[in-house]
Amino acid sequence: MSKVMKKVKTIKIDLEKCNGCRACELICSAYHAEPKYSSNNPARSRIRMIREPLQDVYLPVYAGEYTPAECMGRDKYVIDGKEYEECAFCRASCPSRDAFKEPDSGLPLKCDMCEDEEVPLCVKWCIHDALTYEEREEEVEEEVMVEEIETGLKSLVDKYGFENLVDTVARLSQKEK
Amino acid sequence: MRYAETGYNLEIDLSSGNIERVESDPGLTELYLGGLGTNAKLLWDRVPPETEPFSPDNLLIFSAGLLCGTPAPGANRTIISTYSPQTLFMAFSMMGGFFAPELKYAGYDKVIFRGKSPELVYVWINNDKVELRDASHLQGKGAVETETLIRQELGDPNVQVAAIGLAGENRVYMASIEHGRSSASRLGIGAVMGDKKIKAIAVRGTKDLNIARPAEFMEICNEVMEYIPERDGNPVPGVMPILAGLGSPKEMLIHDEKWHTENFMWGNARTRQKNYWTKDVEEKWKETQESVRTRLISCYNCPMKCGAIVSVPGISRYMMKCFSKLTYTMAAYSDLDFGFRIAQRATEYGVDGFSMPQVMAFALELYEAGILTDDDFPGMPSDNEGRFYWLLDRIVRREGIGDVLADGVYWAARKIGNGAEEYDHNTIKKHEQLPLKLSMLNPIYFLMWATGEKINITQIEGNFPQAPFPTMEEKEAFVKDWIHVPDEKFKDYFLKWELRGENSFPYYPTPEATCDIVDWQETMHYIDDSLGMCAGLSSFPLKPPYHIHNFPKLISAATGIDIDKDELWKIAKRNRTLIRAINVRKGLRRADDKPPENHWKKRFPELEEQLLNAYYNLKGFNEDGVPTKESLHDLNMDYISEDFEKRGILKDEQSDEES
Repeated sequence: MSKVMKKVKTIKIDLEKCNGCRACELICSAYHAEPKYSSNNPARSRIRMIREPLQDVYLPVYAGEYTPAECMGRDKYVIDGKEYEECAFCRASCPSRDAFKEPDSGLPLKCDMCEDEEVPLCVKWCIHDALTYEEREEEVEEEVMVEEIETGLKSLVDKYGFENLVDTVARLSQKEK
Repeated sequence: MRYAETGYNLEIDLSSGNIERVESDPGLTELYLGGLGTNAKLLWDRVPPETEPFSPDNLLIFSAGLLCGTPAPGANRTIISTYSPQTLFMAFSMMGGFFAPELKYAGYDKVIFRGKSPELVYVWINNDKVELRDASHLQGKGAVETETLIRQELGDPNVQVAAIGLAGENRVYMASIEHGRSSASRLGIGAVMGDKKIKAIAVRGTKDLNIARPAEFMEICNEVMEYIPERDGNPVPGVMPILAGLGSPKEMLIHDEKWHTENFMWGNARTRQKNYWTKDVEEKWKETQESVRTRLISCYNCPMKCGAIVSVPGISRYMMKCFSKLTYTMAAYSDLDFGFRIAQRATEYGVDGFSMPQVMAFALELYEAGILTDDDFPGMPSDNEGRFYWLLDRIVRREGIGDVLADGVYWAARKIGNGAEEYDHNTIKKHEQLPLKLSMLNPIYFLMWATGEKINITQIEGNFPQAPFPTMEEKEAFVKDWIHVPDEKFKDYFLKWELRGENSFPYYPTPEATCDIVDWQETMHYIDDSLGMCAGLSSFPLKPPYHIHNFPKLISAATGIDIDKDELWKIAKRNRTLIRAINVRKGLRRADDKPPENHWKKRFPELEEQLLNAYYNLKGFNEDGVPTKESLHDLNMDYISEDFEKRGILKDEQSDEES
């Protein structure tokens, strides 16, 4: 595979600056509604706040790749005397938890950095700079991007089995005709 | 489809355990918006005035505001309404936090409780699944502790909980409802919750909340988000630090307490300590505040950091906002360290940080005066701080003298008798007020203290500066970008207002101008309380992001109901009048509309009567403070005048003419 330059979009997360308002979750869910901003529901957000105020735990986490299976081990981190579940830092839409799944269908969610916007909206709405946006160029091997539809289908295959899925698609396409 | 609101209320009959999801009438949204407005309509319609606060027939309503759960920054408030055991009028207390948006996402605008549960329960609202669960294991637990225990029990950290502590369970009149960094504290609503045997409400929601015209709506939200840091970064010059920016007074951020400690009264609203704020005190208090403040925190979808996580060594963590760090401190003539320490216990007990310290200071005054004696205080420590802890423990348990004091200063004074009534010098409509005793009558504040249905000044005052600026240059600079005024005349009122001379207190602003200023401030609060908007971004600070000119667009775009400025003003007036009407039906009259006798040294009885008349006139009340038939008709509330006529509160027109 050939090497190409790729723009890498990153968000820097400064936990000390977080005021725990969850505006990031709200605006994410609004932006990704169809049509845009027509509905609000933080449960659909691709960023989730892990919040334990009395432990002073404020941790925004972004949705990453979907995974069909949960991890074997569940370790814990203790940072500055605060205890975090290992899952806290994990970006996966995973069977072990509700985060990063559409509440109705259970389909996985993944942060897309708000493609059409200058900066991701969670960053824009975080005026205390707990979230800041950074871009950098990186040389990477060219790869075929896994389309969103494929990710979604894979998770459905894992959930219902390939055969059921094919049958359903066939039945639906009959109905369409 | 319904927009901004869910269109559903949850009706819970605690006596029978019956739970129903009931669609609400969209016509009511057009008339009363939501939140406080529609709560008041429910109380008017369903709870007759003869109903005792602790009757099963009294309703306890938890309502999200109309805009809660939408991206409008700061729209996160829960408005809780019932009849108050303290004042016997309508109680409406509010809290920020995360409860109201979660309730909307669960699919409800309101939870309406009636009846009384036979056993202590908590309510678990998980989208469509709603249940009453046994809470016997939570009996006597602290409010903050209860929140944690319920979250653990339900196994979901995203559950939002509102809970009462021991004070609510024991129907203490100062009992609050606590929720994270927020609390709905005033007027004894925690006591009504305890009377209904609800220990807590837990809610989790994962449903969509819709916006009618998204692009239009987001345009205003984005403007607001851009304006907030800009405005907050440019404090208004010449105004005390806590009031110069946005948000509720930033008591958790700012350590400079010269103004409060030297202008507010200590003890039972009794002593002013004019030179209290020395360098030594400042250093010590700053150190105290910084050592216990773990993080500044916000409510849902709001960038203002009005609250804090407080970690005092040796006691469990809690959260605090605003002014309660000083209320115990000053009532006990103590220091900030004591304030932070006792507030932790008070928060777990779930009590109002305004009323409780005054009740305790009142008790100690009666002790000093010999009206209460050693027999009333068996085993009380001799030091001031120790006495406050001792009293707090007894009041929330209603033990001994604590049982009498648990009804608040007004009722306790009358029960104790023997001259105790003289020491009840800081209540309005039977409710404890900020400990302020001033010199010259302030006509604006006179009207707000006297007539405010909220009976709490910080929830009435706001958008107009509290004092004139010294020079014309400063005044002109202030009005230059004052786009928030509903009318240009307010700039004129402000420009002409002076510290001394003809255009100063008490005769300036004139009664007419005073009424306009009060009307504006009050209107903004009534709008906020229907929308669930935090006053800290709207009706409380100077030059806020939300005002009468952008609210109509915001509400229209969110709900799809087209409302212009005049219509919004009228809705606020309707809500204000409806609450007055509820209280009139409970017996409120002109005689109740008065601040404490000693609130100002220099009083002007004739002017005060004139002010009250002008205010009633503007509001469409008769000279006894009762809304007139005509004004009720203009506000589409003929149902109120019909009721008033039936009860003889208003005479019908014919007999009016005869008299």
